[in-house]
Amino acid sequence: MNGAANPAADTTDIRRPPPPARRWTGLRIAGWILMSLWILASLGTAWMLWSGFDGEVFGRYFPRMLAGLWITVKLVVIPITLGAVLGLLLAWARLSGNRLLDAAAFSYMYFFRGTPMLAQVFLVYYGSGQLRPLLEDWGLWWFFREAWYCVLLAFTLNTAAYQAEIYRVAIAAVPRGQWEGAMALGLSRRVTFLKVILPQAMITALRPLGNEIILMIKGSAIASVVTIFDLMGATRLAFSRTFSFDVYLWAAMLYLAIVEAMRRLWERIEARLTRHLRREGEESA
Amino acid sequence: MWDALQLLSFGDGGWGDELLAGLKVTVTLALATLPFGLAMGLLVALGQISGEPALRRAARIYTTIFRGLPELLTIFIVYYGGQMLLQKVAGLFTDTYIEVNSFLAGMLALGLVFSAYASEVFLSAFRGIPAGQWEGAAALGFNRWQTFRLVILPQLIRLSIGGLGNLWLILTKETSLVSVIALDELLRQTSVAVGVTKQPILFYSVACLIYLVLSLVSSRGLVAIERRVNRGEAR
Repeated sequence: MNGAANPAADTTDIRRPPPPARRWTGLRIAGWILMSLWILASLGTAWMLWSGFDGEVFGRYFPRMLAGLWITVKLVVIPITLGAVLGLLLAWARLSGNRLLDAAAFSYMYFFRGTPMLAQVFLVYYGSGQLRPLLEDWGLWWFFREAWYCVLLAFTLNTAAYQAEIYRVAIAAVPRGQWEGAMALGLSRRVTFLKVILPQAMITALRPLGNEIILMIKGSAIASVVTIFDLMGATRLAFSRTFSFDVYLWAAMLYLAIVEAMRRLWERIEARLTRHLRREGEESA
Repeated sequence: MWDALQLLSFGDGGWGDELLAGLKVTVTLALATLPFGLAMGLLVALGQISGEPALRRAARIYTTIFRGLPELLTIFIVYYGGQMLLQKVAGLFTDTYIEVNSFLAGMLALGLVFSAYASEVFLSAFRGIPAGQWEGAAALGFNRWQTFRLVILPQLIRLSIGGLGNLWLILTKETSLVSVIALDELLRQTSVAVGVTKQPILFYSVACLIYLVLSLVSSRGLVAIERRVNRGEAR
């Protein structure tokens, strides 16, 4: 906070006076009270989990929750990947300059970003039941019969809309000179987009994309509402059978762990992919 | 077509009034969450910018937890955890069964999540206010509270209104999650209607449409608010 000393002057042997003792201001006391509250809360939780530990419940349901965790991972990875493809197409449609395409992509994105994901899941899952005869005619019923596929579809459609917005903004943020420079080099539009524009846009898109993945990890808990036994679903099942509140705390720790791990991993990836943008000796952000 | 209109009509045969009642709960819940979320978010952000390491760390833990937990899980934890806690406390005095109000539980859970995100918005807004503003106010002899109220807050609102607007739009959608603890908001009323009429496509589409209208109205309102808080800004 206070102005840093000139680093060049530091080489000479100047003895600094010791820093003044930090006083116990009101803020400092408040900070310590709040920290002790957190520590107490975590100790209390630990004690509750420890004293109320039921080996049978743990042995029966914790493996199920871990299996649910794996389903949660699938519920994130598959929609995010498929959504990236669809999202890029939508972003392309929005930037294509074709009014019809633009309007269609805009309405799609407006709908999926403006309505709750839970409602979208219901619409796909229960709505397809109503269309059963039609879907059977088209030979698609095997797909819509399964809650699993319905959820994957709804999640994909949802994240595609959010990702499309991310890509659209990122692509639009690439300076026009990049297009013009590529054109001057005689590159085709396709090559320009794939080799010049997209790599630069993806750098801008990295951070919001990381946020979208984290939102998807958290949002995937919605799948439990339509009988999918992801981490949340397994937890709810365990709770409904044992009425042991502990299972929710285990789930909370698992979710916090994967979200935190994902956040750190993404930071690493980001630092690695943007290493050419960093100046020498500069700390990574 | 006629059937659909009849199903959506107000009155005994139709579900229009039920959906409207649900919408009212949804809007009330979102509006009720807002003050708590904003105040808590501002406090947490103040903790994060304070020079006090313990305070900063406590604030950091808060945002890490409530931004990391799925909203659905937060709702369950507040609902069942609150119930358990109250039951234990009340058990010392009486042995009546206590049921936690799902509106209050939803409001608290959504408020915790909202405040964690809002604190990040406030934090970056604080960073957008030049240090000279604090120093200038100090030079004028303002005390800390005067500085905050008269110099910092007006700028803070201007800088954070965009981000807070986004959070508001997210909040209105997230109210739908409270349907899982049996709060009769829009989505739950819709599900009830679907259960009776077996018309999922019609009713869920209508529900989605209502959410869209809600966000459209909110966006309009936000634009107006933004214009109002920026009225002092010279262009």
